Amino acid sequence: MSITQDAPLQPDNLAAASPMTGLARGDFGNPAAWVVGFILIVMPFIANGFFLVEIFGTTLILGIVALSLMFLAGYGGMVSLMQLTIAGLAGYMTAVLGASGNANISLGWPWWLATPMALALATLFGTIGGALAVRTEGIYTIMITLAIASAFYYFTNQNWVIFNGHTGINSVVTPHFWGVDWRADVPFYYVILVVAALCFGAVGYLSRAPFGLALQGVRDNPRRMAALGFNVNAHRVAAYAFASFVAALGGVLQVWNYRQISPGSVGVERAIDILIIAIVGGVTRPIGPFIGALIFVLLRTFTLDFLVAIGLDGNRFRLLIGLGFLVIVLFSPDGLVGLWERWRRRGESGQVQPGGDHHG
Amino acid sequence: MTKFIERHPLWAFAILVAVAAALWLIFATWPQGLEDAFGRKKVFLSAVFNGITLGGLYFLVASGFTLIFGLMRNVNLAHGSLYLFGGYIGYAVSVATGSWILSFVAAFIVVALVGVAMQILVFRRIEGQDLRQTMVTIGLSIVFADLMLWAFGGDFYQIQTPRALVGPIELPFVTAVKSSGEAVYLQYPMARLVIFAASVVIGIAMWLGLNRTRIGMIVRAGVDDRDILAAMGVRIQLVFVLVFALGAGLAGMAGVVGATFQSISPGEDIRFLLASLVVVIIGGMGSIPGAALGALIVGLAEQLGSVYIPTYAIVVTFLIMVLVLALRPQGLLAGR
Repeated sequence: MSITQDAPLQPDNLAAASPMTGLARGDFGNPAAWVVGFILIVMPFIANGFFLVEIFGTTLILGIVALSLMFLAGYGGMVSLMQLTIAGLAGYMTAVLGASGNANISLGWPWWLATPMALALATLFGTIGGALAVRTEGIYTIMITLAIASAFYYFTNQNWVIFNGHTGINSVVTPHFWGVDWRADVPFYYVILVVAALCFGAVGYLSRAPFGLALQGVRDNPRRMAALGFNVNAHRVAAYAFASFVAALGGVLQVWNYRQISPGSVGVERAIDILIIAIVGGVTRPIGPFIGALIFVLLRTFTLDFLVAIGLDGNRFRLLIGLGFLVIVLFSPDGLVGLWERWRRRGESGQVQPGGDHHG
Repeated sequence: MTKFIERHPLWAFAILVAVAAALWLIFATWPQGLEDAFGRKKVFLSAVFNGITLGGLYFLVASGFTLIFGLMRNVNLAHGSLYLFGGYIGYAVSVATGSWILSFVAAFIVVALVGVAMQILVFRRIEGQDLRQTMVTIGLSIVFADLMLWAFGGDFYQIQTPRALVGPIELPFVTAVKSSGEAVYLQYPMARLVIFAASVVIGIAMWLGLNRTRIGMIVRAGVDDRDILAAMGVRIQLVFVLVFALGAGLAGMAGVVGATFQSISPGEDIRFLLASLVVVIIGGMGSIPGAALGALIVGLAEQLGSVYIPTYAIVVTFLIMVLVLALRPQGLLAGR
């Protein structure tokens, strides 16, 4: 069930993946899930402002964007590197259509008009990109979406009329209504949490809905699905459309979080970060991207202090991330979630099965 | 060729008209009306020449990329890092020895060795898993980029052009006619032309090597069906290593070229990775002539775009890619 496996469906994969009801019970009947949910809800009473938004808010936002990649890669078998670009476009459009410090660029629409418009435009963009990417198969997807991502980055850099070149758009105005400043730490945290929970639930629901099951069929054996009468490409494009919407939600939250957006926020490195987050966490379950995002954000925030504390150069964060990613890809292709699941299965069966790793 | 004309008469006609128009634009003296509407001919001609020479550089980078993909199904997303590494090596050697030629040799050998190490230590272990290999190349490109940033910092480096190649050369293309009736010819930097000629020579050598030699035959057979080739007793792993070394070495050499007539700095790796991706998507994966055509198209689109529509230049390149994907998803010159 790992994305690195493009062979047709194998029986033991079926056993691991197909009882979707089992997955549901695993997610909602599991006491650990309730504990995590409870902690997330009472988080504002535990953590201070820095931890609340800088660590957990950012984690959830990155997790949402990575979740869209997880949906495409895990259920659709399509590794798209343009999810951050879609999020970035949504962020840019929020800033351009809404109000910001760059009055010559921003149109100054109210947030309730600008945000849905930004979401719609980004979803449209992602769907068109997806429609292009599904014209070719497998490994080409990654190339085409990477080309789209980097072309968008260079475009934002050289275009001054809409994207304000490399300075980007600053002092983006965030929503303020019902007497609440929704960008204040605690309300904003809850906004992010609600959106993340909705996306998480939607992905979990879709994976068990007929559409999601057909999509997984398309992933495992497109020719058989086509022979059964399913429109393979339509399913793929629809998956892109859904994933684009999820990514766009993340992008809007991102721009509200930082209150500014610039080409640096949609760079190729950032796009690859999303891939790293999803792969390290694991693309077999919706929870994976959030775990990956938490690790990524913790590393990004504390690596500097940690490396300096043990007497090394503090600027080598990306080296650490790259090496960690390599280790995961080489030794546990289905990420930390897969690692944990395998460890739990070994604990249950009481012995280590030599051929247990069927993901190679 | 004749087959193409028979099968697609309309396309062939359109291409013919486009080529004729391009030739007229390049060779004719522009009438006053055209200069008013379109700018001076000198600007256009230098953009065309810049585009063609940039295409030569893109071809050097992308040919290695497409060769590696064609044989090993390995999308080497660390190819841009190899390019950048070659540029740094070339710079270090040219500063240490003062020799431009030596920097090419050194960059080729060192980067080819890196490629060999990548193939033997990493890719051989996960052979046949396209997606996982690609992920590994992404990880490697992050690690390489950071290591190079560590070693060389964020500065711009430029390799000194050898004295013999400095300065402009007059080309037999009329840019304008003075009122006295005297023709003004295009002045163009010598170094760029030499580099373009070199990339043409390398391209032809690769084509000959692939189509006329025994090892080329083995490589082509491997592109078509590597399992059968291995079953026939060819030591396919050795071929893989050689092709990877050649592809990486070409990227390294291209790095020296890029460092000579542009400059290198962190971030160039991604720029050239994007260029290689677009070139091979347009030209067709695994095809050397496709890489040449794609490089020419991308180079021209980029330069002409940046002259005539500066803030949307990248969109032109991108739209060409979209158009190719929409009409011919396998690429313009893909074999299969």
